[in-house]
Amino acid sequence: MTIGLEHYLTVAATLFVIGIFGIFLNRKNVIIILMSIELMLLSVNINLVAFSSFLGDLTGQVFTLFILTVAAAEAAIGLAILVCFFRNRGTIAVEDVSNMKG
Amino acid sequence: MLGPDLAVILPEIVLSLFAMGALLGAVYTSKDGLAPALTWGTALLFAIMGVYIAITGNGERVAFEGMFVDDAFARFAKVTVLLSAAAVLLIGQDYMTRNNLLRFEYPVLVTLAVVGMMVMVSAGDLIALYMGLELQSLALYVIASLRRDSVRSTEAGLKYFILGALSSGLLLFGASLVYGFAGTTEFAGIIGTAKEGEMTLGLLFGLVFVMAGLAFKVSAAPFHMWTPDVYEGSPTAITALFATAPKVAAMALFARVVHDAFGGAIGDWQQIVALLAVLSMFVGAIAAIGQTDIKRLMAYSSISHMGFALMGLAAGTAEGVEAMLIYMAIYVTMNVGTFAFILSMEKDGRHVTRISALSSFASRDGTKALALLVLMFSLAGVPPLVGFFGKYAVLLAAVDAGLVWLAVAGVIASVIGAFYYLRIVYLMYFGEPQEGLDGTMPFLPYAGLMASAALMLLGVINLFGIESPAAAAAEMLLR
Repeated sequence: MTIGLEHYLTVAATLFVIGIFGIFLNRKNVIIILMSIELMLLSVNINLVAFSSFLGDLTGQVFTLFILTVAAAEAAIGLAILVCFFRNRGTIAVEDVSNMKG
Repeated sequence: MLGPDLAVILPEIVLSLFAMGALLGAVYTSKDGLAPALTWGTALLFAIMGVYIAITGNGERVAFEGMFVDDAFARFAKVTVLLSAAAVLLIGQDYMTRNNLLRFEYPVLVTLAVVGMMVMVSAGDLIALYMGLELQSLALYVIASLRRDSVRSTEAGLKYFILGALSSGLLLFGASLVYGFAGTTEFAGIIGTAKEGEMTLGLLFGLVFVMAGLAFKVSAAPFHMWTPDVYEGSPTAITALFATAPKVAAMALFARVVHDAFGGAIGDWQQIVALLAVLSMFVGAIAAIGQTDIKRLMAYSSISHMGFALMGLAAGTAEGVEAMLIYMAIYVTMNVGTFAFILSMEKDGRHVTRISALSSFASRDGTKALALLVLMFSLAGVPPLVGFFGKYAVLLAAVDAGLVWLAVAGVIASVIGAFYYLRIVYLMYFGEPQEGLDGTMPFLPYAGLMASAALMLLGVINLFGIESPAAAAAEMLLR
């Protein structure tokens, strides 16, 4: 069996869904949410690289490099905000991020 | 070869260099001592850039092989973004100083966010779209939690970050599918593939994911849940920023994606946009009724207003885009005035945001109460104020496009929404007398409040001529 485009897309879609569920179902720790976000972005990268190779077009890989860079910046900012929050609140449990009810 | 490209993005380059220079300058000199001057300088630079873009802009110019488009539509959005950001910086400066929040990072981050918004509205490619959106969002996550010793501010920043990152993920997943099934990331290329009735399933999925991501950014229901918390938790001057410039930029980006990239498949996205519009209008109108905090109320008000702007977009015509642009310009003007007032709500030297604090405010300061009354009536869309003409334009566009049910729903939502705006007016004029607000209003917010109220009254003559640039912008987008 050869591994074709659809296999890559299935893996990426599965990882993406795991990422979304990680954000919504997780009731424990904000760090897990950050990991889920990272997982979503990386699954998109798999998608882009698979398409790029399938189409024989480099744009997708260039896009991937941009996403990797932005994801690093995003993780840095997320962790910085989380550290500030921890200093004020003394906890990073998801159920404690509830000073305001939305 | 690079020269002409750089000439097209000159305003963005100037602003980015200014942001980096300001950052270095402030770090190596007096740090926060430089903040007041920097805020003034940034506001001035925004205003100059806005006027420069409005005056010199001409025709359509494309840079970096279609990645960046400078056309009448982008210019209309950029001028609105720049001027509203400048106004927000000026009206918020006194509040930031009094609350010890005027750090030099604040104007620098606002500048970077504005550069991101300018790239967003000019994007001609999915990569440029993503980079602009992220530059804007990352800067805004940080300023939401600018008051870093406050639980509420950092919690607002955290919630904004998580849901913002989730929406970026959805948008990116959609973008990757669009790239895969259209074979290109350029809008000019996608529109050749995305034809009505011939869209592949993958392209359709991509479109839906991209629209879900954008709906998060414009805070349209059912993707609105972050808005009230972020508005309430952030420092008020920053809430004022959230309610104005980023909304215009995200709305303009929404219009650009659906028309520039998917303009050939209007039937495929029209229903989604119409659904987002109806849900936003009703969620915004109904959920705002029970609010006791004026910042949360303004959050639901903005959700409802985004619904109306999306109604213009749902029409799928040039008339609809024009109505949407006019609506956003009016919405921003009203919000600048309202937030200028909210910023000055003080009691015993503390900033209060309870609506009940406004009780019998009119007997204490009739002029300001009158100005707020005009703004509230305008937000509710009561004729003959300017806010009514914004609503009228989008309703007309929806009816002309055959979406009568949408227009009827809009009128009903607008009537429900009028209740909570009028409740504020009622409280101010007929509320129980009490020890109410006692803060004084410095000159700049006062000028902002009065100017905004005056614009709502005087604009009924000809809307200050924004109709013709808006029409030109809409025509450029749909060409």
